[in-house]
Formats: sequence, C-alpha cells, structure tokens
Amino acid sequence: MPNVISPDGSIRQDNWVVVPRPAEGESLDIPADQPALIPADLWLAGYEHFTGRQEIGVWFDSHDEPEILDGRVNELPVIAVNFPKFSDGRGYSIGRLLRERFGYKNELRAIGDVLLDQLQFMKRCGFDAYVLRADKDINKAARCLNFFSQGYQAATDTEIPLFRRRAS
Amino acid sequence: MYVYDEHDRQMAAERVAQFRDQTERALAGELAEDEFLPLRLQNGLYVQRLAPMLRICVPYGMMRSDQLRRLARITRDYDKGYAHFTTRQNVQLNWPALEDVPDILAELAEVEMHANQTSGNCIRNTTTDQFSGVQSDEIADPRPYCEIIRQWSTFHPEFAFLPRKFKVAVNASEQTDRVAIQVHDIGLQMVRNEAGDLGFRVHVGGGLGRTPMVGPVIRDFLPELDLLTYLEAVLRVYNRYGRRDNKFKARIKILVKALTPEGFAEKVEAEWQHIKESPTRLTPEAIQRIQAYFTEPDYAAIDNATDLLASQRFENRGFDQWLTHNVDTHKKAGYAIVSLTMKKTGTPPGDVSDKQLEQIADLADEFSFGEIRVTHQQNVVLADVRQDRLFELWQAITPMGFGTANLNTLTDVICCPGGDYCALANAKSIPVAEAIQRQFDDLDYLYDLGNIDLNISGCMNACGHHHVGNIGVLGVDKKGQEFYQISLGGSSHHDASIGKILGPSFARDEMPKVISKIIDVYVDKRTEEETFLDTYRRVGIDPFKERVYA
Ligand code: HEM
Ligand code: SF4
Repeated sequence: MPNVISPDGSIRQDNWVVVPRPAEGESLDIPADQPALIPADLWLAGYEHFTGRQEIGVWFDSHDEPEILDGRVNELPVIAVNFPKFSDGRGYSIGRLLRERFGYKNELRAIGDVLLDQLQFMKRCGFDAYVLRADKDINKAARCLNFFSQGYQAATDTEIPLFRRRAS
Repeated sequence: MYVYDEHDRQMAAERVAQFRDQTERALAGELAEDEFLPLRLQNGLYVQRLAPMLRICVPYGMMRSDQLRRLARITRDYDKGYAHFTTRQNVQLNWPALEDVPDILAELAEVEMHANQTSGNCIRNTTTDQFSGVQSDEIADPRPYCEIIRQWSTFHPEFAFLPRKFKVAVNASEQTDRVAIQVHDIGLQMVRNEAGDLGFRVHVGGGLGRTPMVGPVIRDFLPELDLLTYLEAVLRVYNRYGRRDNKFKARIKILVKALTPEGFAEKVEAEWQHIKESPTRLTPEAIQRIQAYFTEPDYAAIDNATDLLASQRFENRGFDQWLTHNVDTHKKAGYAIVSLTMKKTGTPPGDVSDKQLEQIADLADEFSFGEIRVTHQQNVVLADVRQDRLFELWQAITPMGFGTANLNTLTDVICCPGGDYCALANAKSIPVAEAIQRQFDDLDYLYDLGNIDLNISGCMNACGHHHVGNIGVLGVDKKGQEFYQISLGGSSHHDASIGKILGPSFARDEMPKVISKIIDVYVDKRTEEETFLDTYRRVGIDPFKERVYA
C-alpha cells in the first residue's frame, strides 16, 4: 500500500495501484478489489465502460498530452502524472495545465521517480499527493515541502504573482 | 540598482537554508551523486578538474562596491585569492570546498548576492548591455526588464528541470549589441512600434556549442506588458517538446529548427493565447516600481571638460590612447563611461585577484557612485565617471593593470579557462591568448587594425564564443595532441553570423604566426573604411586560406 504525502507533509496510506501500459495485443490488467490508475488514453478509449467509476483513475506519462482529457477531467477521482526520472520536468507543465487550463479539481498525484527535493515544485504546480520513491526518508517530506514561504511567480498554488502582491 | 525588499531577503535566506540541508544530506549519503547534481548546479556548484567551481550570479552584470569587497573576502577565506569574470557577466571561483559552499552562499546572501541558477538545466542569469542607462542611443533602460525576468525566473517551479540550460539576454540599443542576444536561447531586442509603444523583438533558438545557430525572430513586436506571459509560453513549449533523449540535441535551437521558426512561433502563440490575460501579465505600476530602482545617480550639473581633456591628451600620449579606446560617451554632459580592461598580457583574460577586486571597489566608490558592471567581454565598467577626473582615474588604474588601452582590439580577447582549469577541454586556451597578445604588443598597430573580436574556446562547448569571433579559435584534440582550428567571419552583434572554418588545425606554437598571416591579408585587401569583418565579408575566405596554407 503506498504511503501518500499531502502538501502539508502529513502522511496517509491508500491502495491505489498504478496499472502499467499493457504490451501490444495484451489487455489491461485491472485488479478486482483495488482502485486502479490506468493509462489516460486507454481510459478514453474505454470511456463508456470507465466513466463515473470512483475506483478508476488515470495516469499520464511525461510525454503524454493532457489535452486529450480536456472537458472530462472532473469525471476522474484521481489523475496521476509519472516522473520517469526526477530530472524530467515535463510533469510540472502537465500538472499546471490540468489544474489551470482544464480546471481539474480532484486529486493530482505525482508518481515515479519522486524525490524529496522535487516536492516543492510539484506542490506549486498543482500536485496534492506525492508517492515518494521507496528508498527516500518520508519523514523529511514536510521539511522539504516547506523551505520556501512564498514564490516570486504565479503558479497553481498562487494565482497572484509577487509583483502584484507588492503593489497592493 | 535593485535593492532587496523583505520578500527577496526572505527567499534568499530560505534558499541558503535549503541548500545547507541538501548538502548535509548529500554528505550523509542520502542523496545519490546524480540526485545531488542538479541541486548543486542550480546553486552554482560545478565539479571541475582540480576542484569544484562556484559560479556566482551577478544579475545583468551590476554590482555594488560592498558586494565586490565581500567577493574579495570570500576568495581569500575560501579560495586561493582570485576570481574570474565570465562572458555571461558572472563571477567564478575555481577552488572552493564542497562543504564550505553553504557558508559562502550565506555570506553572499548578506550582501544580496547568490549563485542561484548559474548552472544546470534551468533559466540562467539574464544579461544585458554594460552601458545600459548611460548611453544616449538606447530605446529604454533594459535593466528593469532584466530584473523583472530575474524575479519571474527565480525558483520557477515549472521550469526547474528543462531539457537543457536556458539563457536570456536583453539589448536596448539599435546601433550596437554588446551582449550577443542572437546567440542566446531567447534574445530580446527592445523596440518601439509605429505608435511609439515600447516592446521587444523576440529571437528564439540562438546558441553556440556543437550546433551553433543565430536565433531567428519569432515575434517582431511583443508589447512590454506581455513580456512574462510570452516568456512563459516559450518556456512551456520548450519544456514540453524539447528533446530529452540526447543531451546534444536538447537546446531550444534544435526544437526551433525541427519545427521551423514559423512552426515554433505558432505553437508559442497558441499557448500564449491561453495565458496572455493571466495575472502574470505585467502592469504599468509593476514596471514603474522596478524602474524606480534604476533612477539616475546624483549627477552634478557640469559641462563637458573638453578643453581640459584636450590639454591632458596633448601632454600625455598614453592617456590619449586610453581615452580614445577605453572611454565612451556618456548621455550626461560632463560624464564618461570607462571600461577597465582585464586583459593585461600575461594574466588570463577575466582573472582578478582579491586585491584587485578591492581596488575596483575603491575605484567605484571614489569615481562612480559605488557601482560597477561586468561585461560579456570579461571587462569591468565604471559607468559614471566625471570627465574632469578621468586623468586621475587613469593614473590610478595604470599600475593596477586595468588601463591597457586595447578595448575591442585584437588583444581584447574573449577566452575560456580551457585546459588549465577545465576537465572538458581539448586544449589549453589561456596560453594561446597570451602568445597572441605578445605577438601584437604594438598598440599603434592594433589601433590601425581597428575593432577585431578574437574569441578562444578550449573545446566544442564554446564557452569562449569562438563561433562568433571575427577570428575564432577552437581547441581540438588530434591523436592526444593539442591543436587549434580557426574560423573567420563570425559576429555576435546586430549582424550576427557564425564563422566559417578556415581549414586544417595548427599546433600551439604556430598560432601567433598564423594569426599574423590572417591579419596581413586583411591589411593588404582592406579599403580605407573597412573593418576586418567588412573585408572578410567582401573578399571571402579564399585569400586567407591561400596565405595561411601557402
Ligand atoms: C572551467 C569551467 C567550465 C566548464 C566545465 C564549462 C562547461 C560548459 C559546458 C559543458 C558548456 C556547454 C553547454 C551546452 O552544450 O549547452 C558551456 C557553455 C558555455 N560556457 Fe562554460 N564552462 C566553464 C567555464 C566557463 C567560463 C569561465 C565562461 C566564461 C568565460 C563560460 C561561458 C560559457 C558560455 C557563454 C556558454 C554557452 C555557449 C552557448 O551558448 O552554447 N564557461 N560551458
Ligand atoms: S569551452 Fe570547453 S574547455 Fe573552455 S571552459 Fe568551456 S568546456 Fe571548458
């Protein structure tokens, strides 16, 4: 069961599983008794079957286009974004687009190579659940999420950039 | 000059605390080498051949005297007592110890300095013309816009892990470009449209390195209030679509080329439409607020010291030469812009000792309202010197080694640290610069040759900008031997171009002779008015080839 970190650094557990993309010709292996995150394009392909189900969410890989879910994001209880390598920053743009452009309201989860020093950026880009890589010390998450009390620029967490806050 | 408010101070302090924590975790083995790498790079720390190297940010090249004195102290306490001015207006230390870096950063933060984002795959220091605010031909002072970009890009959460590093430069003069905007990832040229509104012409996708490119224009006019939203759109397109599979194809120039400039521009426009009206759109008040930090210093109401200077020149030939070459016209009557050259023969270009840093600080206090600017050409500028004190200044700097009257001449070389310091080098670069400086030690001959950009890099990474030198020198490795390849016809100015390779490379000891032959061809072929570059562009590369390989 994954430990899930919240933006305030608190830790909870849940049992969402990430279902990998099936190989050519294979079908999705969705567990019967657990909520599951499936590749977003496959959710769309099986839309009739999946929509409205509270135990099915989706995940995007870093090269995927979140645009495919425009207009439907809030039908999903959880959207996850995979960081295949912590140095792959595409997931930050995906997070902001989902939140700021497509108006996604439910849980946005960071999965994959999620390390302590990247949590602060994820938080600012709209992620509100982080599944830390297993070998990292989860008890340091709260500290690493809170080094900065504010940011200069607008992002998902701060609609108003500092230059406008200063002016008022 | 910009002064921190409580927000800037708070974030600077938080950043130091964060890096201290990260360093402790790295030293405790909790962060793998590759995990710590981008964190330390984004705090300026690069591990080098001989020791770590720390690149300290000098936002758009501006520094106060107290900051210079702090740098001097840091080089003394934590390093070997000298520092290096880089081509991107920053300062580099070559020997700090990893475990000392958090303390160094804390000392820097005390004087409103930092090393944020000076390395790594993020948005780097924004650079601009060292004559900003004091020259008469600029569209507007570019520094407030650089500061606005600095704040927007600092710790930007979406763009901390780009495919590759990202550099922005801003230029404000229509006649000159001293910051090479067209070889930056984004080059912003300030312009006014027909209605007289202020804005930017936007070049994207310039850069040097393995695939040198001059950045095409993707927007002719960007209104000033739209600056940040448009930059955000460019960066988002790059972050999402720039190549990440191959480090050598990851710069934005490769993406712009792959999509074509028109295709890239369309993608940016489409992205921009979504965010154009967001709160990130600048307001006139926000711009004015930053502009208020860059107001004129307390100039005296004085006239030009024309007669005084004329008689001083007449009596002193050295002063006359220096005035002609290292002193530029100021927009304010009675004042002048002075370039202190860091190019004395025998000293690596851009190198300064702790003592010299303090001397520069004293000069700034005494002669120029306590401020200096670092230049892309690795020199230092005192921007506000009274004309009636130029002679006194000249006398003071000559023994310090800052008075070599070779600004913009062949011996005002841009040179990377090369094989003497850099692990990536194919060849040394500093000794080549020195040998050429020795060969051309006759100032009158140099002046007769006019402005020539000679740029030297020790390898393909092109830190010394060899591609855009009128004469470029690149260190190459030939069966384990250090060789040098020459290119001709590059320019980093408004007429930017990438130099053309002359032919097979040369051994180091041949270099001064080869450069002499190239210069001889210019002298033979030039018409009265022509610069080296003009002549090259007119006659082409063949006459040079024939002479050099004869
Ligand atoms: C000694 C340590 C140094 C190392 C290891 C180093 C390394 C590098 C590398 C690997 C690149 C290529 C990046 C790319 O391909 O995109 C690069 C680019 C660059 N470096 Fe350095 N560098 C060093 C010192 C300097 C210094 C002292 C300067 C200034 C004189 C400098 C100025 C630059 C510039 C301007 C570029 C960008 C060229 C471009 O636009 O592609 N570097 N450096
Ligand atoms: S050009 Fe090459 S040799 Fe010179 S500093 Fe850059 S990486 Fe080192």
